[in-house]
Amino acid sequence: MKKKITNAICIVLLLIPAVLAVAPLLFLLTGSVMDTSEIREYIGPVLGDGEGFAVWRLFPMYPTLVNVIELFFDSPEFFQMFWNSMKITAGILTGQLLFGMPAAWGLAQYEFPGKRAVYFSYIVLMLMPFQVTMLSEYIVLDLLGLTDTLSAVILPGMFLTFPPFLMYRFFSEIPPALIEAARVDGAGELAVFFRIGIPVGSSGIISALVLQFLECQSMVEQPLIFLKTKRLWPLSLYLPEVDLSHAGSALCASFVALIPALFVFLYGQDYLEQGIVASAIKE
Amino acid sequence: MRRKKRMAGWCFVLPGFAGVLLFYLIPFLDVVRRSFYNAVGKQFCGLANYRTVFENAAFRLAAGNTAKFLAVCLPLLLLLSFAVALLLQRAGRLAPLIKSACMVPLAVPAASVVLIWKLVFDGHGLLNGLLERVGLPWGSDWMNTGAAFGVLVFSYIWKNLGYDVVLWLAGLASVPETLYEAAKMDGAGSLARFIFITLPYIRPISFTIIVISLLNSFKVFREAWLVAGNYPEESIYLLQHLFNNWFRDLAMDKMAAGAVMLSAVILALVAALKRSWDK
Repeated sequence: MKKKITNAICIVLLLIPAVLAVAPLLFLLTGSVMDTSEIREYIGPVLGDGEGFAVWRLFPMYPTLVNVIELFFDSPEFFQMFWNSMKITAGILTGQLLFGMPAAWGLAQYEFPGKRAVYFSYIVLMLMPFQVTMLSEYIVLDLLGLTDTLSAVILPGMFLTFPPFLMYRFFSEIPPALIEAARVDGAGELAVFFRIGIPVGSSGIISALVLQFLECQSMVEQPLIFLKTKRLWPLSLYLPEVDLSHAGSALCASFVALIPALFVFLYGQDYLEQGIVASAIKE
Repeated sequence: MRRKKRMAGWCFVLPGFAGVLLFYLIPFLDVVRRSFYNAVGKQFCGLANYRTVFENAAFRLAAGNTAKFLAVCLPLLLLLSFAVALLLQRAGRLAPLIKSACMVPLAVPAASVVLIWKLVFDGHGLLNGLLERVGLPWGSDWMNTGAAFGVLVFSYIWKNLGYDVVLWLAGLASVPETLYEAAKMDGAGSLARFIFITLPYIRPISFTIIVISLLNSFKVFREAWLVAGNYPEESIYLLQHLFNNWFRDLAMDKMAAGAVMLSAVILALVAALKRSWDK
């Protein structure tokens, strides 16, 4: 009995953060299917017409798909920037697979001269925020003539050191016996990597990619500094510019913008958790 | 054979490490060099850039705000997420669902919630409407007064709570159940068990959680910029705003000195934390 009561109290207390965490999503969802004039009625005070304060309804009075249709057929810019976001994300993730993943494997499975220095520089770089690295990145991008191209955002992102660090954690846990067995069977170094490393470490690889995917979808600092041409902007720079007077389509755009991340979250939540835990706990 | 294996190690690491060298490490050496030269990069000027940066009012404001932000947010986030993790352990069957809900903000791109924050924290917004209804008409215009700092704190906690909860839960799960049972047999109450078993066990992981929360706190610029643009209310003018302004002015000398100082401060902070934890 007593246990049941504590249980109930805990759940009631937990509802506060849980509801606050999810509320903005519901808010966006409702707004996306609400008629613009209905929204204006609710948020009029924020837009400067009407007295008092804004209000909101959880269920629209007259649900409509007008906003969705408008967004899909009347806003070519939105799609341009949606694709920019996708290109940036895809580029960075591919780079991490091609360069970060082998590096993580090399660090986890081999002894070689200079390994400690390489490992140390990965850790230190992982700790540095963009404020520290932005000038360095700019110097190189400028030298290569890449500023104001999507590559300016993608290339440095391909070599971020956090994803390989996560993969390293998972690769180090592969039992040595498994690898020795493969070697005894005559597998070469590459074969060991492809036939044992990647399949056995796959949950680590996916975890790193899920975390990096979400990070890419929120990127603000890098495109803000390196991309001047508006045509190249990702969604994250475009959304704050949307005018609240077209509140319906603005909310709808915000919602559509988070759909890819939401999908990755729903299907990859276990990997996301594993990745988060691996970033902190040494087994 | 041995030699071949060594070579193999380098072969795996080299492509990725070459990129790291090219984009981060080598240019950072150039940044260090530039921090001792004048803006054009031709004339050695000793510590003059560092002095200029230090005496710069905008730098003091930004550094002060960033430090204040860390001092308020880190303890708050750590305590709140720890409390949520402890509650989750006792929440029974609903725990996984609530945990998932708390993790949702991790997936929401910063830009998508900007409009919501604008609607909530506007002077005529939802929050003030709610406060008015419960009889607390504070009515401040959150984004354009000192209260903007509070909004920033809120959005940081909102975004990062789930991440830290997952970490605390993992730490708490690593405490062996048998220890609790043995202590119970010896008559230890739940508070004693918490202080003498739980806390020592999660001490190591709490170091990493602090470091990770520290790193994530530098990303709060996103929310500040998305909601308030390039020139926000004074209390949320952060280091990244300053660096962006320097970048627009092409003040390479100041940026270089600032980047070197910031990297030194972060390394020193992490090293000091590590030392106090290892004791």
